[in-house]
Amino acid sequence: MIRLDHVGKTFSDGTEAVKDLSMEINEGEFCVLLGPSGCGKTTTMKMINRLISLTSGKICVDGVDIYNLDQNELRMGIGYAIQNIGLFPHLTVWQNIATVPMLKKWPKTKQHERAEELLELVGMEPDTFIDRYPSELSGGQQQRIGVARCLGADPPILLMDEPFGAIDPITRAKLQDEFLKIQAKIKKTIAFVTHDINEAIKMGDRIALMRAGELVQFSDPSTLLSSPKDEFVRDFVGADSVLKGLRLLRAKDVMQPPPLTVEVHENPMLVKARMEKDRIGWAMLTEDEGHFLGWVSCDDLQESKSIRDTATPPTVTGTPDTPLNEALSKMFDSAIGNLAILDNGERLVGVLSFEIIRDVLGQSVSEAKVEPCGEEQ
Amino acid sequence: MKRYMTVGLLLALLCGITIWMTSLGQVGIFKMFPPMKVVGAALRHVQIVAVAEVMAVVMGILIGFLATRRTFRFISPVLLGIANVGQTVPTLAFIGIASVLLGMGYNAAVVALFFYAILPIIRNTYAGIRSVDPAVKEAAQGMGMSRQQVTWKVELPLARPVIMAGIRTSAVVNVGTAAVAGMIGAGGFGVLIMTGLAVRVMPIVIQGAAPTAAMAIGLDAILGKVEDWMTPRGLMVLKLAQWQQQ
Repeated sequence: MIRLDHVGKTFSDGTEAVKDLSMEINEGEFCVLLGPSGCGKTTTMKMINRLISLTSGKICVDGVDIYNLDQNELRMGIGYAIQNIGLFPHLTVWQNIATVPMLKKWPKTKQHERAEELLELVGMEPDTFIDRYPSELSGGQQQRIGVARCLGADPPILLMDEPFGAIDPITRAKLQDEFLKIQAKIKKTIAFVTHDINEAIKMGDRIALMRAGELVQFSDPSTLLSSPKDEFVRDFVGADSVLKGLRLLRAKDVMQPPPLTVEVHENPMLVKARMEKDRIGWAMLTEDEGHFLGWVSCDDLQESKSIRDTATPPTVTGTPDTPLNEALSKMFDSAIGNLAILDNGERLVGVLSFEIIRDVLGQSVSEAKVEPCGEEQ
Repeated sequence: MKRYMTVGLLLALLCGITIWMTSLGQVGIFKMFPPMKVVGAALRHVQIVAVAEVMAVVMGILIGFLATRRTFRFISPVLLGIANVGQTVPTLAFIGIASVLLGMGYNAAVVALFFYAILPIIRNTYAGIRSVDPAVKEAAQGMGMSRQQVTWKVELPLARPVIMAGIRTSAVVNVGTAAVAGMIGAGGFGVLIMTGLAVRVMPIVIQGAAPTAAMAIGLDAILGKVEDWMTPRGLMVLKLAQWQQQ
């Protein structure tokens, strides 16, 4: 647990980077420090491992004032990853990852084993990469090594300063997803600095929004989106905060069972009659107990054709873990405007429609009690 | 490989010329320097260069390193200014001034060469250490390296190729400068060249000039090898990658 108690930092040139900031980051919590550039979020983070000294207040890690600890011991116990990565170009991948174990004087074989373990954790083949040099890696691979390195000696706390900042959006999204999976396993206490509201919503259990050295709002993502404290928060969150809120939900949270499923062997005219009676515009065609084949519209059903021939095959489908923002955009691509949700075995488990999304949006504006994505999985 | 063949051929040629000139024995009324005298001159030449260079390396790296430290950073502009201006002063002037201050002879030559050799070493050490990516240093510090560890494990290994390049430049230039030092009675190949010029006998001039050139070329090749060897492999890979991109 990290506790900041009335922390302040005034630089020697007189700028007040952080003013009287108090906050607590709980054990195992993914806390995002968010704000425009120059708001003091990086300064706040660097005060936790004493890269920047504080001028007033107190910071405690697990109840111990960090200024009662040896500076380097403290830092070895806190993983540190930065935007520019800062890999050592003269050392191999494994030597980079084993930096803190090396400083802690672990035996060489243990350092090597740890590096292999971490490479695997960040999704890189140890045999291929362990003896490479940073200059032989792509930007995304370097970021992965940066993350692996900050986990080197398995510190309980991680400080991360835009660790996915300097890479292309696709790789970034991938690394974010992977890191969330890793975090679900390792449950570190994390202070994560970013200026990207989308990244903050996606990653954080709680978001600390800062402005001009002050903490403006410290709450979980859905609260930040649904009840911004003041005009600044509202502006920062953006006019599309409701849409951003969609990212916090997954298909499985809101999907509904299909109103009507029909099997391929059923008689088209009987199905048609049933649909007309219940006023259902479309049915979902399945085969072999739930294997999804396509959409069946009432108007297309004919006596002479089998149901399979009249069905529209799905162009896109979702999974129960698809975030709602992605699901919504897929729905616009779907011929029928609905999205079939299939599980791993391609079996139909539910359906999303515009009506469902509209209801969800209406709710998330009025009340905010959704779980952030980061805690699931 | 091709590079070493060229160097080897050149060295063989220059040594051959020296031996040939020495074997002439006498040109007109003038006697060539006998083999023992040539060997003696060579040893003296090596001695002047080596003593001045070793002192310059030790002092130069130390001064260049200290200039990058925060405590001494205020003098670094002055220091680098001196290092840059100093290099534009002709070697002859350096040696002249040294001989005026310290008298003719070996000591004055070594002092002059030392001052001339230390300048590129200071400059490269400073530049090499300052060019280390701040993000790399920050990461090192943030992970708990002490200041000494950052210096020894990060800054110096990364600056090593640049420092080594400075040493190589200064050593090779020094071989040539040491020949000029012959003028102030310090010995070395300079004596042969001056004598030959004074009596206008070209074979004697060549007898001194050829081995001087050979020594400079040989030293450059050796130090080039040392430079490669001192460059961390991760940086070689980087250099290679950049080279291939071009």
